[in-house]
Amino acid sequence: MGNTADLPANSVGIVEPKSHTFPGPFKLACGRVLDEYTLRYETYGTLNADRSNGVLICHALSGHHHAAGYHSTSDKRPGWWDHYIGPGKPIDTNKFFVVALNNLGGCHGSTGPASINPQTGRPWGPDFPPLRARDWVHSQAQLADLLGIECWAAVVGGSLGGMQAMRWSLEYPQRLRHCVVIASAMKLSAQNIAFNETARQAITSDPNFSDGRYLENNTLPRDGLAVARMIGHITYLSDDGLGKKFGRELRSGTFEQGVEELVEFQVQSYLRYQGDSFSGSFDPNTYILMTRALDYFDLAREYDNDPVKAFSHARCKFLLVSFTSDWRFAPERSREIVDALMHANVPVSYAEVESPMGHDAFLLPNERYEKIFSAYMDNVAKEGQSGVLS
Amino acid sequence: MRKDLDIIYNWIPEKSRVLDLGCGDGALLQRLSRHKNVSGYGLEIDPAEIQKCIERGVSVVEQNLDKGLANFADHSFDTVVMSQALQTLRFPHLAVEEMLRVGRECIITFPNFGQWKARWHLAFSGRMPVSDLLPYEWYDTPNIHFCTFRDFEVLCRQHNWQILHRQVVSESKVSAALKDFLPNLFGETAIYHLTR
Repeated sequence: MGNTADLPANSVGIVEPKSHTFPGPFKLACGRVLDEYTLRYETYGTLNADRSNGVLICHALSGHHHAAGYHSTSDKRPGWWDHYIGPGKPIDTNKFFVVALNNLGGCHGSTGPASINPQTGRPWGPDFPPLRARDWVHSQAQLADLLGIECWAAVVGGSLGGMQAMRWSLEYPQRLRHCVVIASAMKLSAQNIAFNETARQAITSDPNFSDGRYLENNTLPRDGLAVARMIGHITYLSDDGLGKKFGRELRSGTFEQGVEELVEFQVQSYLRYQGDSFSGSFDPNTYILMTRALDYFDLAREYDNDPVKAFSHARCKFLLVSFTSDWRFAPERSREIVDALMHANVPVSYAEVESPMGHDAFLLPNERYEKIFSAYMDNVAKEGQSGVLS
Repeated sequence: MRKDLDIIYNWIPEKSRVLDLGCGDGALLQRLSRHKNVSGYGLEIDPAEIQKCIERGVSVVEQNLDKGLANFADHSFDTVVMSQALQTLRFPHLAVEEMLRVGRECIITFPNFGQWKARWHLAFSGRMPVSDLLPYEWYDTPNIHFCTFRDFEVLCRQHNWQILHRQVVSESKVSAALKDFLPNLFGETAIYHLTR
């Protein structure tokens, strides 16, 4: 790509991130307080006159503010959810004013472990306070205030983003009309937590981790982070999906007897590439912090562990989507949410979409998923101005 | 709207809570929520129908009815509706039991296999009937448990299900005129309103 004319017609085009520093004190769920914090965000589309067409895109584990479009004409890839955000796409930027941000604790311009702690003048590193999904929701509410959005048309998120969207519906029930939760869960399973712990151990046991003070010591634990990402990546794909993509194809070496060269499978080199490229662009402490927030998330914990009681506070309508081959956030996890919503008499629609792509399916093109998502968001746009809650 | 859905619409009181099993395109639920302030959900398994429900703004949940309604609490709905789906289920009698557990009342409609056209077809051509109402060949039909009105009433008696109302409809004029005299022979679709 050389100039903007080469960008796809259904792209939001060239976008520019913005930053805003919110004055504190900002009290976190852990009890600690941030004197101030910065959020980096992008917006696509135009906020209408009555400010009723705002859609918040919640951050997935390694997603960030760059959810759609391109930063420059030389960008090889668009934002992480570009398949679903843009003109004519499910989250149609001709209709909606879309806001995506790098969450607090992130490493792409928002305040996080890689930022300077104003009290010490050194990077926060491992001292950055642990965060909960609710901290993100509260900071996103401050961003909504900044943008003049009293009530979101929809808060939308996949995976970790879906958890934040659900938390929004309980923390600020009057501030969203719709909640779209894709490939998510009310809490992680022990297996999920086990994978996250293994990923964190890979990072912290890298000698270059330096107890999390790698920025000050100039020793980045790249290998550990790459392994962590490889573990994550395997869990985001399905056995079937990996099999179809790579099979047992070899990239080098042979199975001939008498040949000493080691065999390398295509899937190995693919995983290494994913791990390496991630470890060059992501902060290890942020990865630890984000996966911990995932582990801690439990929608109903302070509602007597009763999700029905939790959702009885929600005042918005819900759409839930899951994918058949997603074993990290399996359809059963979505169905638990749907059952709780129905018990609480909250309007909800749910579809279980056929896909071989595992958890990653929520980011990838899929005809049925696109049609459902588009139809739902069309109705959100149509009712837009009335702002009626049922 | 189909005649049986018209009748169901009339039988459901304002502001009630309805679960529509095999809700199809959601037309009934949409009309109930618009004009009678009814809330509730449709359960459906066909992706094309789920899509139509979402387009209409009807709350629809993808769920296979053959796997039961264990995810619903006892008496969590006023009325549980199942129109033209009973004959597609693996165990229709268990489905009705479940409907009467989840709802205080249930409304069921199904095609009458005792209708004269079906009898005529089977008697004289010796083949399974294929018609407007039952537009499938025997090998590809989703309908695996046909019954007649009389069969259904026997089932109701055996299970002590109380019939609150029943009505017979026919889309064709001739059948419509005769259905009240000989419902099992001329009725195309039966609508039963049951409680325990």
